Amino acid sequence: MTTTQTPDTLRRILDYSSRADPYPLYAELRETPVARQEDGSFVISTYREISDILHNPHLSSDTRNLSCPTEGMQAEGTPAFINLDPPEHDRLRRLAMRHFGPPHTPGLVTGMEGALTTAVGHLIDDFAGKERIDVVDDFAYPFPVAVICHLLGVPREDEPRFHRWVDDLINSIDYNPKTDPKEKLDKGVQARKDLRQYLGGLLERRHGHPGDDLLSRLANDDGPDGRMTDEEIVATANLLLIAGHETTVNLITNGMLTLLRHPHVLQRLCEEPDLVVPLVEELLRYEPPVHIIPWRAAYSDITVAGTTIPKGAQIMLMLASGSRDPNRFHDPDRFDPDRRDNQHLGFGSGIHLCFGGPLARREAQIALGQLVRHLDRPRLVADPPPYRRSPVLRGPIHLYVEQGAA
Amino acid sequence: MRVVVDLSRCEGYAQCAFLAPDAFRMHGEEALMYDPNPDDARRDQVLRAAAACPVQAILVDLLEGRDAPAEAQSS
Amino acid sequence: MTSADNLQAFKRAGRIVVVGASLAGLRAAEALRGEGFTGSLTMIGDELGEPYDRPPLSKQVLTGWVPADNTKLPRRRDVDAEWLLGVPASGLDLANNHVRLADGREVPFDRVLISTGVRARPWFVESEAALDGVFVVRTREHAEALQRALAAGPSRVLVIGAGFTGSEIASVCRERDIPVTVAELAPAPLVGALGAMIGDVAADVQRAHGVDLRCGVKVTQLEGDAQGRLRRAHFDDGTTVDADVAVVALGGIRNTDWLRDSGLAAGVWGIACDTGCRALDLNGLVTDDVFVAGDVARCPNPIYEYRLISLEHWANAVEQAEVAAHNMVSGQADRWPHLTLPLFWSIQFGINIKSVGVPTFADEVVVTQGSVPDHRFVAAYGYRGRVTAAVSFNNAKWLDHYRRLIETAAPFPPPCPTPDQPADTKPVPVDFPGPALLAQGATVVVTGHDPSERRVTAAYQHR
Repeated sequence: MTTTQTPDTLRRILDYSSRADPYPLYAELRETPVARQEDGSFVISTYREISDILHNPHLSSDTRNLSCPTEGMQAEGTPAFINLDPPEHDRLRRLAMRHFGPPHTPGLVTGMEGALTTAVGHLIDDFAGKERIDVVDDFAYPFPVAVICHLLGVPREDEPRFHRWVDDLINSIDYNPKTDPKEKLDKGVQARKDLRQYLGGLLERRHGHPGDDLLSRLANDDGPDGRMTDEEIVATANLLLIAGHETTVNLITNGMLTLLRHPHVLQRLCEEPDLVVPLVEELLRYEPPVHIIPWRAAYSDITVAGTTIPKGAQIMLMLASGSRDPNRFHDPDRFDPDRRDNQHLGFGSGIHLCFGGPLARREAQIALGQLVRHLDRPRLVADPPPYRRSPVLRGPIHLYVEQGAA
Repeated sequence: MRVVVDLSRCEGYAQCAFLAPDAFRMHGEEALMYDPNPDDARRDQVLRAAAACPVQAILVDLLEGRDAPAEAQSS
Repeated sequence: MTSADNLQAFKRAGRIVVVGASLAGLRAAEALRGEGFTGSLTMIGDELGEPYDRPPLSKQVLTGWVPADNTKLPRRRDVDAEWLLGVPASGLDLANNHVRLADGREVPFDRVLISTGVRARPWFVESEAALDGVFVVRTREHAEALQRALAAGPSRVLVIGAGFTGSEIASVCRERDIPVTVAELAPAPLVGALGAMIGDVAADVQRAHGVDLRCGVKVTQLEGDAQGRLRRAHFDDGTTVDADVAVVALGGIRNTDWLRDSGLAAGVWGIACDTGCRALDLNGLVTDDVFVAGDVARCPNPIYEYRLISLEHWANAVEQAEVAAHNMVSGQADRWPHLTLPLFWSIQFGINIKSVGVPTFADEVVVTQGSVPDHRFVAAYGYRGRVTAAVSFNNAKWLDHYRRLIETAAPFPPPCPTPDQPADTKPVPVDFPGPALLAQGATVVVTGHDPSERRVTAAYQHR
């Protein structure tokens, strides 16, 4: 049976004071690969066990299969495919993929590369002559937001509205009824409602008046799997809108922070632009934007690393810990863009592998590649920088950088 | 450039077909067909595709630019 | 030569010969250099040109997308070898440690790796096989010739044999909008490898894609016209089909004929070896200096009761090559056993078919996930109450879980439900036609009475 030495470790990880450097705590957690918590949930922190869980068909992503779901976890309305199991998950993901990638729309991401480069260029142009910039507010946030808005067909000028909703929503993901004020949850629930209502309004106008965007295509196209219902489209658009920028902002910001902490790599990147490709993979391992899959449900009793997890139990997967597992990666705490065999967990694995991964990669590659070439001797203003609240989608809330004459 | 994909590892994530659609194509939902000798003009795309493979199944020639393979031309 | 004392000397200046310069041979050569072998390395191959990859030949090449010549294998490192290509090996002399070539040359070695693979089984009537329009697919020349014939727009293609290669070729024909008839002696396609349940699914798939599928029939004659061009095929049920292209896809013949007098345990079923890829001699004794890898190797698998299994699988060739190479330059204590589970894939009719384990080592099969009518599912195979294999149709992301079930001898049928388990999920008999892995013909006779004189003699069959 597992020891329960780790509940305190998990609590410390989730505590905001650990946000800047949770990695030593992850190492502590990995001493018990499958750790039962006092509340009956399980935390899995080692690479092999996480990978097994992500490929285990006896796991469910549907909150309805949890024996005691946390309050607020079961959002009302149709779940998005991220919170569903096959065959519904597969059908909805296929329907969405029809308009985003192969096999039906294979050239979409490569076709966006010119626009991505231009968008990055515009943001960077504004940096010229500025001594101090905030990598988050001036760059890593506006860039992916513009991209996902354009892709989905969400008006850019509505950004201030959904920005607040998304913030409230993200903040509520790791809601803990024991330690958090109820307000945190209520705000998340309300934000979810508001956001869905807003997207529903956009969708209504697409019916019969298709534009050149994902919402229009989802609303009007009929493929071999038929068409999504409006509720399904709203749930899908909601997921893509949030995931499409909340994660990429962290990937780019974590990337710039890591480069500033490894000046020799930053220098190399300036000289070898191709390095950005393996470098982004290493970032996804070393400083990933998504640290935790907060829950999966055991659909039946399952055994992981000798521990039986009972049906209905909640399972938390510590992806970022798995990607630092010394039993899988040599010298895992070293940032090494030349690393071979870098099969990281940055985008998860299995059927729920990040839907937008290829777009996120190109965004990060283009953004980081351009940024390092255009900043003049950039320096971190504060290390560590201030972090966002969430231990799940982890990244700095601001990343101030000074450039030019010191 | 030469490419081979270990299709016994491939799980059909299609990341390569997103990033280098001329060299990697999905045949249906999950099956991958690829060009084992994509044009050098696609080199950047192919390297991005290989790096992005979630199961690291794509091998790109590591001797490229060197004439070592020519050793096999004659008997 | 090979004791621990002079292992270092062998690694530095020994002579290794690799017979068979395809996937397994090339990967072994790379691995040998990777292991630090700096002696002389000789690659012997019957085909001219660099090692190339075969799986694309029945897929991307036949669709016309990729020229047959564009399938050369990427290199992982410089192997710095002497390449003797275009001449097959004709004999192995283990008394004098040299390989004889068909042109009379002799190539000496300290250790040898045999990776001569498989050739296509030709049509059984030589004059009919020689007709214009009759093809096999194994080499790039074969694929190139068939691709040209398909591009010319034949009125109908007849595929003889609905195993994986035959089914893939039928799929390409449909993709190119060419009428195709598939003739299979068994009751359904793929049934010999995957059993009756999957065979029925494969038959559905083929018919849904417009294949004229004829099962339970035998092609008795390929008829040519006055110009020696194929025009018609006759079946044993008295029917005929007019076709101007016929593809003979009746499997392969292991290239072991050249080892007939070598004293190795080599025959139609391959060359027997231990899990360290060391060849066995006729008596079943392990040799020290002869190693085997790839399609031609017949290796025991502890998971399957130590039965000797030969596999024509890409990943198996790669893994055995690495194990063999490692063991060729390692001392006894450092040897690796080849223990990975077989993995196989086939791409046909827009479906990714994958398998893990040995489906023929099973008595029952059950659908554990997904929907058979949608052609998206996983089926688990069991033998006497444990999981021994699994097959997925467009559901490959789950297959790794089944690998773990097989490796841990998990109970069959798997007791726990999955969220998308079909309602009527009951194991059915796996039902393989004819002798499969579990029964193979006798290949040796034992002579002598005294333990010191008992020996095995090969009993060659003509197949």
